[in-house]
Amino acid sequence: MIEFRLPSLGADMDEGKLLQWLVAPGDAVKQGQVICVVDTVKAAIDVECWHDGTVQRLLVEPGTTIPVGTLLAVLRESGESAADVEQRIAATGAAAVPAAMPVPAPPRAAPPLAASAPAERRRVSPAARRRAAELAIDIDDVPAGADGTVALADVERTARVAAAPLPAAARAPAPAAATMAERAEQMRKVIGAAMARSKREIPHYYLAEDVPLASVVAWLGERNAGRPVTDRLLLAPLLLKGVAAALRRFAEFNGYYRDESFAPAEGIHIGVAISLRAGGLVTPALMDVDRKDVDRLNRELLDLIRRTRAGSLKSSELSAGTVTVTSLGEQGVGAVYGVIYPPQVALVGFGRVTERPWAVDGGLRVMPVVTATLAADHRVSDGHRGGLFLAALRDLLQNPDELTGPTTP
Amino acid sequence: MANTRASTYRDALREAHREALARDPRVLIMGEDVGRYGGAYAVTKGLLAEFGEARIRDTPLSELAFVGTGIGAALGGLRPIVEVMTVNFSLLSLDQVVNTAATVRHMSGGQFSVPIVIRMATGAGRQLAAQHSHSLEVWYAHVPGIRVLAPATIEDARGMLWPALADPDPVVIFEHAQLYNLEGELADPPPAVDIARAAVRRAGRDATIVTYGGSLPRVAVAAEELAREGIEAEVIDLRVLRPLDWETIVASVRRTHRVVVVDEGWCTCSLAAEIIAGVTERAFFDLDAPPARVCTEEVPIPYARHMEEAALPMPPKIVAAVRRACGKA
Repeated sequence: MIEFRLPSLGADMDEGKLLQWLVAPGDAVKQGQVICVVDTVKAAIDVECWHDGTVQRLLVEPGTTIPVGTLLAVLRESGESAADVEQRIAATGAAAVPAAMPVPAPPRAAPPLAASAPAERRRVSPAARRRAAELAIDIDDVPAGADGTVALADVERTARVAAAPLPAAARAPAPAAATMAERAEQMRKVIGAAMARSKREIPHYYLAEDVPLASVVAWLGERNAGRPVTDRLLLAPLLLKGVAAALRRFAEFNGYYRDESFAPAEGIHIGVAISLRAGGLVTPALMDVDRKDVDRLNRELLDLIRRTRAGSLKSSELSAGTVTVTSLGEQGVGAVYGVIYPPQVALVGFGRVTERPWAVDGGLRVMPVVTATLAADHRVSDGHRGGLFLAALRDLLQNPDELTGPTTP
Repeated sequence: MANTRASTYRDALREAHREALARDPRVLIMGEDVGRYGGAYAVTKGLLAEFGEARIRDTPLSELAFVGTGIGAALGGLRPIVEVMTVNFSLLSLDQVVNTAATVRHMSGGQFSVPIVIRMATGAGRQLAAQHSHSLEVWYAHVPGIRVLAPATIEDARGMLWPALADPDPVVIFEHAQLYNLEGELADPPPAVDIARAAVRRAGRDATIVTYGGSLPRVAVAAEELAREGIEAEVIDLRVLRPLDWETIVASVRRTHRVVVVDEGWCTCSLAAEIIAGVTERAFFDLDAPPARVCTEEVPIPYARHMEEAALPMPPKIVAAVRRACGKA
């Protein structure tokens, strides 16, 4: 029996709203398959399942807002019969789960199926608990009010939301102005919370280095000559390549700091800060940047930006970043000193590329230059290593041929 | 439309006594200074001249003796109204009430009953210091075998005495000392009232405030202020402290889902504690917020005015408690 729970798609997410199921009971599910769409304050996310199995029950009705960790569905593994799973569900006290969720039925989730460590009991008023039972709403799915207590009014609000008809295109509905404003406000809150945590917990240090880009820009010019505009390579994938190559040499900037210790990541998945038109930003990851060629990275980056703004990111993309790269260059500032996205330990920033006078071989040349910055976690590294990392990045960006050399896709 | 006339709580009580004396020759009033002086709170003023010494009897300064005498008179067939100045002094006669008046019916297998009415003042707010200001109603409300009343309105002051005299068992009536000067309109003729039910004094949907006696006017002030903030409190006047009218209390809590009890007694082991326990037992699943108590601070009532006020459950504390219960602290 596989329990499919709402994953946390980032340090700043603690709840999500189920928009749509993409599978039905009885469907076979492959590892990595997107099985539902969940709306977070940042974007609608395609949530993947990480096990092969067959859908036994869907436990949450679309339109319901649920905290991270909520059981969304139960799948049976190969070799398990439906009856086995039902029996196990019953044995774990989930008898209240409806055998099959009829479409118009009110939302209902099961109590935890597996014996897990007792979580802190939520503050739910007795009246709220009873009303939720009457409305067949799982009380665990009801977000608490401002004081942290789930009261009657919160249950009734959830019931109204659940009862409201979903827009036909739940995936990317054009939200009303008020909703946009609300969402922007909410996003500001979650970003604020995550960044406050970052600044509270992570002893940041900052370094900057000017990086001449004459070779890179020349290389790009050659590559793009004769290409239609739509196929042209951008500068960004090259910068990302440079960061990935530097991270290969300096593992202490790529990974997660958790439970008082740092664990370097195996892959280099770069979270790319993408601003949203309504305000706020997300940092979906480009996977395995070091192992992909620039053309592919270019395509994937454009796709990522498009999907981010359309609101169809995959859950794995949102939570997979092992490091973040941000560039405020388009907005025309010289340098950006970022706030690390926990549990990551470093953030690389690129400012605007400008033509600057640069001393070369005892003479002055005017060439494109960018200021690269590093914000890093002092619990994991120090300024000496950070400086070497930025210097390596600078040097790597002087040899675009090597940087973009043959790679195994 | 019924006629009304102006009255005070004290005048209403006096009228009730006069009526009882006139209607039933078995009724007599006894206690310290009830005759010549007219009662510590002037409730019986003028009754001696009107009804004579046989029915309005000044007693020696011994609560134990005159309450015991009253119980004997009741057992002997009279309908005594015994006035004890304040509940603070009534502790001297507690043995007579708890061990005799409350138990005789049961210990005699129903052969004897004690149809006595014992009245006393209670409560603080008049700078009479700790030995004259406590609210010990719960000491009596704890005891099976007696009925405990707390008239909080002029109408109840006027109407509760007669049914109390009609009760074949002991009835203790608490009159809050701050209520005697309460002025208001009284229906003419005064309506009959029961001594069994609580009364909803103000309807509201957001929270139930349960109170009684001298706290009722304070709760009324608090409820008005809360209404200005958009919180509509339902106010329940217990009227009867034993046996409690759970039906009225619980029905209200089922509507409002929130309960705050305002009780001038101390919080610990208070009537407020009993009400919250009872509500929790009966209507747990209706509660949408933790029940709350607003009681007197756990100190002997201070003499200094500002200290006394600080110790009592005054409207600002009530307002704050109800706001908290409504999640609007």
